[in-house]
Amino acid sequence: MLDSARSPAESSGFSRKIAATIIIVYTVVTLIPITWIILTGFKSVDGAITYPPEVFFKPSLEGYVNLFTTRSRQSQEYLDSLPPPDTWYEELVRSREMVIAGPSKFFGRYTNSLIIGFGATFLSVFLGALAAYAFSRFKIPLKDDLMFFILSTRMFPPIAVAVPIFIMYRKIGLGDTHLGMIILYTVVNLSLAVWLLKGFMDEIPREYEEAAMIDGYTRMGAFFKIVLPQATTGIAATAIFCMIFAWNEYAFAVLLTQFNAQTAPPFIPTILGEGGIDWPAIAAGTTLFLIPVMIFTVVLRKHLLRGITFGAVRK
Amino acid sequence: MSKKLINKARGLSDKAIAWIFITPTVLLLLAINIYPLFYAISMSFTNFYANKIGKEIKWVGLKNYIKVLGKESVWERMQITANFMFWTLLIQALIGLGLALLLNKKFKGNELLTTLIVLPMMLSPAVVGTFWTYLYNPQVGVFSYIMNFFYNFGPIDMIGSSVLAPWSIVIVDTWMWTPFTMLICLAGLRSIPDYLYEAAEVDRASRWQQFIYITLPSVLPFLLLALLFRGIENFKMFDMVVELTSGGPGSATELASIQLKREAFEKWKTGYSSAYAVILFVTIFGFGNVYVKVMNKIKDR
Repeated sequence: MLDSARSPAESSGFSRKIAATIIIVYTVVTLIPITWIILTGFKSVDGAITYPPEVFFKPSLEGYVNLFTTRSRQSQEYLDSLPPPDTWYEELVRSREMVIAGPSKFFGRYTNSLIIGFGATFLSVFLGALAAYAFSRFKIPLKDDLMFFILSTRMFPPIAVAVPIFIMYRKIGLGDTHLGMIILYTVVNLSLAVWLLKGFMDEIPREYEEAAMIDGYTRMGAFFKIVLPQATTGIAATAIFCMIFAWNEYAFAVLLTQFNAQTAPPFIPTILGEGGIDWPAIAAGTTLFLIPVMIFTVVLRKHLLRGITFGAVRK
Repeated sequence: MSKKLINKARGLSDKAIAWIFITPTVLLLLAINIYPLFYAISMSFTNFYANKIGKEIKWVGLKNYIKVLGKESVWERMQITANFMFWTLLIQALIGLGLALLLNKKFKGNELLTTLIVLPMMLSPAVVGTFWTYLYNPQVGVFSYIMNFFYNFGPIDMIGSSVLAPWSIVIVDTWMWTPFTMLICLAGLRSIPDYLYEAAEVDRASRWQQFIYITLPSVLPFLLLALLFRGIENFKMFDMVVELTSGGPGSATELASIQLKREAFEKWKTGYSSAYAVILFVTIFGFGNVYVKVMNKIKDR
């Protein structure tokens, strides 16, 4: 009798096949929107608004060219009077009866996203690692309350604190600056960083540091030379989660930045072309913006669960 | 004994290190999180307008709160938010659990498929909202095309129709966040020890009985946890919906936090909107606490 015992994990070949089929169908359906966006980035402006939508088409880099440039429409006589185009993208733009007027803001916004993302990630992981170590190793009065306090800051609706932060930032000159956004995202990420890193540090045996301290390290030295290197995986995973948050954040970015420190998420929706929305350019911008996150997701897959639940669920 | 001696002898004491390590985090949270919150609370009792700097600020007591709670439009937006939460949570719980049960049957390519399914959840909600406006476009969008492929509905205007628009945001949220419920349920399923099923098999429990008496009760706490996280997030929902429908048509998809943003950053009624924000915050905190208590009771059972 016992040998017929099976947990669902080792069910019969047939039911496994059905399960696999359903999952594959779901995966295909769920990937349609993402695939469609990547495809649209390689369509021409006219090709993006055909009906029925085309799956097979002649690829064009018009979207990417439009994303990185601003253009102005010119008369055919003017275009004919110009010397022949030097580059392939100038040629492409001229074939649409336009000339390149200059670079667009996209590169700057993307760079802002990188600066603010990396800055905030570094700060929140560094401060988070210090706090997590203290919470993991030392007796701290009201430890549980402090930990919960740190977590609860994540529950504030961003709009609720946006007005006071807006006023505060305007007063101390942090409004629409990279530093202001770095500090803000650091704070929002701190709860995640502390909770995740505490979990990872709890798993490092205390004996390691104690041995090091007997060998003559100070507590501080043991932390930097022994504990941090041991926690590398956890730190990397935490860093990627913080980065993804800062990278994707929209509410604060749209309310607190405008010209100087605006990041890509509030910018991408505002890309407009001649006489309407330039879908290939938006799709191209979206693709460039999503690629890093997709790569990170694949890298992170082992830690995903921990990251999205603040360490509440561990695999 | 010897440990203590070593610490005294070299470097800072443990206690000093503990405080040095924790203080920056706590100070930053106090400055950028708690102070603004109290600032908002104190402004909620005044008639402050952030765009009228010189104007005298008057203490108005509970007037803003009474105004917010007495406004029909606020209750409408609350209902829209509740409706959005109900459908997204229900659908995501069902599909998420279903997918987790299927993925738990270990087949080839399992891990790769899980990673692919999870992708939408990691993307920027605002950017997702933007590109779904293209997918939803009734004339050239791929959504309308696929629906018409199966049945000739004619052009489907998901965003422009006040009947369909609430569903348009439910669909996108479900597309994005079902993997979240799925992942957590999957962790729950994988935590069930095999011997439970073996014992049930010995007792000649049917497959169905095993599912009802072993699988479901073990997964339930995980599912509830997933719904808590999703509930908090969707109560605060702003970015994806702003870019997708910007609350329209009319106010069909104007969630509470979108209305709050309009009051605060377009009409600049700072005092009034602070009261609104505090009410939202208390609501989410209250519901969250009750929910966690119920959840813990279920877990203990």
